[in-house]
Amino acid sequence: MSKRVRLGISFSLGLMGLMLGPAIAQDKEVVIGLQCDRTGATQIVGTTLCPAYHDYVALVNSKGGIEGYKIKVIEIDNEYKVPPAMESHERFKMEGAIIDGVYGTPQIAALNKKLEEDKILGTSPGFGTAAAADGKKYPYTFPIAASYWSQGAAAVKFAKDKLGGNLKGKKIAYLYYDNPAGKEPIAVLEDLAATEGFELRTFAVPAPGVEMAAQVLDITGRFKPDYVITHLFGRSPSVSIKELKGKGYPLSKVVALVWGAAEADINAAGGFGAAEGYSCMQFAGVGHEYPVITEINAMYKAQGKEPPKEQANSVIYNRGVFQAAVHLEAVRNAIKAKGGAKPTGEDVKKGMEQIKDFTLDGLVPPLNITPEDHEGGGWVQIWTIKGGKFEKATEWFQAYRDVVRKHITAIN
Amino acid sequence: MLHRESGVFKTSYAADMALYPLPIARWTVAAVLLIFVVVLPLSLQEYYLSVINLVLIAIVGALGLNILVGYTGQISVGHAAFMSVGAYTAANLAVHLHLPFWVTLPAGGLMAALIGAIVGIPSLRIKGLYLAIATLASQLIIEWVINHTPAISGGAQASIEVPRPTVFGVELKTQGELYFFLLAFAVAAVVATLNIVRSRIGRAFVAIRDQDIAAEIIGINIFRYKLLSFAISSFYAGVCGVLYTYYFGIANYEAFQIVVSIDYLAMIIIGGLGSVLGSILGAIFVTMLPIAIRIVVEAFGGYFWDTAALSAVAASMRLIIFGLLIIIFLVVEPEGLNRLWRNIRNYFRVWPFSY
Repeated sequence: MSKRVRLGISFSLGLMGLMLGPAIAQDKEVVIGLQCDRTGATQIVGTTLCPAYHDYVALVNSKGGIEGYKIKVIEIDNEYKVPPAMESHERFKMEGAIIDGVYGTPQIAALNKKLEEDKILGTSPGFGTAAAADGKKYPYTFPIAASYWSQGAAAVKFAKDKLGGNLKGKKIAYLYYDNPAGKEPIAVLEDLAATEGFELRTFAVPAPGVEMAAQVLDITGRFKPDYVITHLFGRSPSVSIKELKGKGYPLSKVVALVWGAAEADINAAGGFGAAEGYSCMQFAGVGHEYPVITEINAMYKAQGKEPPKEQANSVIYNRGVFQAAVHLEAVRNAIKAKGGAKPTGEDVKKGMEQIKDFTLDGLVPPLNITPEDHEGGGWVQIWTIKGGKFEKATEWFQAYRDVVRKHITAIN
Repeated sequence: MLHRESGVFKTSYAADMALYPLPIARWTVAAVLLIFVVVLPLSLQEYYLSVINLVLIAIVGALGLNILVGYTGQISVGHAAFMSVGAYTAANLAVHLHLPFWVTLPAGGLMAALIGAIVGIPSLRIKGLYLAIATLASQLIIEWVINHTPAISGGAQASIEVPRPTVFGVELKTQGELYFFLLAFAVAAVVATLNIVRSRIGRAFVAIRDQDIAAEIIGINIFRYKLLSFAISSFYAGVCGVLYTYYFGIANYEAFQIVVSIDYLAMIIIGGLGSVLGSILGAIFVTMLPIAIRIVVEAFGGYFWDTAALSAVAASMRLIIFGLLIIIFLVVEPEGLNRLWRNIRNYFRVWPFSY
C-alpha cells in the first residue's frame, strides 16, 4: 500500500475522530436520544411531534432543568427505516444517552434486544407490539401509551356505551390497514365479540390505503353495522371519512383509533365542518387548553416569537409534549432516588416504573407504570367533532383490562 | 488494487487465471484484511463498528443484486422480498427447531434461491421494463404471503425474535463481536463473487447480458443460466436477510419493503453495474454518506441555526445533499464509482509520465 493511501486513510480517520470524538458529557447534564421521522413514510407525524418534544425540553431547561440537571436532546432522523434506527441507537449510546426515544414499529422491534443489552430505556408511545407492555419479557421497552389491544378494547367499550350499554346481537365493522399494526387488535376484538355477543366483521384496506370504496360499500351496503371501528394510518383515515360519509354512513357511529385522529386527517377529509360526529381515540390531550401549552407559548413570547406553528396540529403536538414529559418525569424520579447523583439507564428504568398520577393537568393520562405493566394501564380519551371542533366525549378510561392482560400473558 | 504491474510474465494458464495475478496484489489483499481484522476493531469505537456492520450486510445484498442486474442484465426490483424469504426461513428454523446459525444461514439462502428461481421464470420470455414489473409483482406477492400466513410470520405482528448467534459457546451480541461475524460472511461473499464472475458461469452471464440471442447461438443454455442467475442472486439476498435477522435479533418483513429494493438498486447503479468493487463502493456510499452528511451538518450547522431548528434542517439537508451527490457522481461518471476509481488508478499508473 502506497504512502499516499496510508496518509489518506489516517487523515480521514483522524478527521472523523475530530468531528465525532468521544462525547464528553458534562456533569450536570442528562442526555436523551430522540429518533424522528421528518423525511420518511410517516413525516406527517414526525414534523410536528419532534418540535413539540424540543419545545417541552426547552421549557424545562429554561426553568432550570430537572433537579439542577440540564437536558440535552440529540435528535436523529431515521427516515422510518430500520438500519438508521440501529445506527441512531449506537450514536446515542456513545453520547451517553440514558433514554432512546425510538420511533416506528419495525424500529422498536429491531431494537428491543439491544435496549435490554445496553440497559438503555426505549419508549414506543402509540406504536410497536402490544406484547411489549409486559415488563418482565421486555425490561427496557416502555410503550407508555395505550397499545393497539387496549385501544381496540376501549373502542368496543365506547361503542357499547353509545349503543345503550348492551352489544348483544349488534354488528360492529372493523376497517383496518392491512399491515401487522392494523391486524393486531383483531385478536382482542374477536375475543370481545364472543363474550359481548356482537357480530364482528373485518375489512382490510391494502397499502397504500387510499382506495377503499369497495370495502366501505361492503360495510354500508351489505353488512350494515351498528358501529364502525377504523384503524388506519397515513392518508387513509381521511379517505375513510370521505368514503363513509359519501356512502351515507353516519359519522357519529364511527370511532377511529389513535392514528386516524389528528387535525391534519380531519382537514384532509374536507375540514371539521364535513366530519361532524366523527370520534377519535387519543392517548394525550387535545387542544391548547392546558397550562403546559400556555407556558410554552409564554416562553416563545418572552423570546419575542410567535407560538410554534406546529401547535395547529394539536393532537400530534400534544403527543410530543406527552412523550417528553413522561421521559423527563422518569429522569426526575431517577435523580431523586439517587439523591441528586447522575442517573444511569438502569436508574431511569426504575424511575419510569415509579410513574404514577403524573397528569400534567390533564394532558397526560393517569399512568400507573409498574415493573410488570410498562403500558401504564392503557388509558385513552375519546374526542368527538361537534360544531366544527374537537369536544371531549369521555374522560380518561380503560377497558377490559382482564382480556388485554390475558392476551399479553398468552403471547409471552 | 493499488499496485504497478510491469515486469510480470505469465508462463502458464494457471498463472493467467489466478485471482490475483500479481504478487503485490496478494500483499495488498493481505494488508487490507489486516486492517479489517485487527486495526479497525481495535481502534474504532462501538458506534463506528455499528456503521461498518450495516455496510457489511449491505455489501452481501448488493453483490447478489449485481450478479443479476450487472452481470446477467436481468433487472429486479424484488430483491428485498428475497431477503425476507431468507429471514423468515432462518428465524423459523432457529426458533422452532433450535438450529444454530451455520444451519439456518445456508437454509435461508437456499430457500430464497428456490423462490428466486421460480420468480425468475418470467425472465425467459420478457426483459427490461417488463421484467421489472414482473419482479415488482413478486415483491408484493411475497410481502402479502408473509403478512397473511401465520405459519410463516409467526402471528399478527409478523415478527419472530431469534436468539443471538453463538460461536464456540460464545454469544455474539456486542457490535464488536457481531462485526467479526458479519465480516466473515461479507468476505466470503466477495471472494465467492469474484470467483463466480471469472468462471464459466460468470462468462455465460455476461454473454446473456450483452446479447442473449447470440449467447444462445454459441451454445449457452439461456433457460439454465438465467434461472441460475436468479437463484444465485436470491441466495445472496437470502443470506443478507438472515444476517439482518441475526444482527437485529428479529425477522420483520416491514424491514424488507419495496424501498429497500430500490435502495439496493441505487447501490449498484452508483457503485457500478457489473463489478464487484462497485457493489462494495455502492454499499459504502449509500449507507455511510447520509451519516457523514449529518455529522458535517451537525458540526457546522450550529453557526447558522439554533439546536431545535438544526434538527429539522439537518434532516432535510441530508436528503438534498445526498440526492445532489448522486446526480453529480453519475454525471461525472455514468458507469459508477468503480469506473471513477479505475480512471483515477489509470491516471496514476503511469504518473508522472502520463504520455
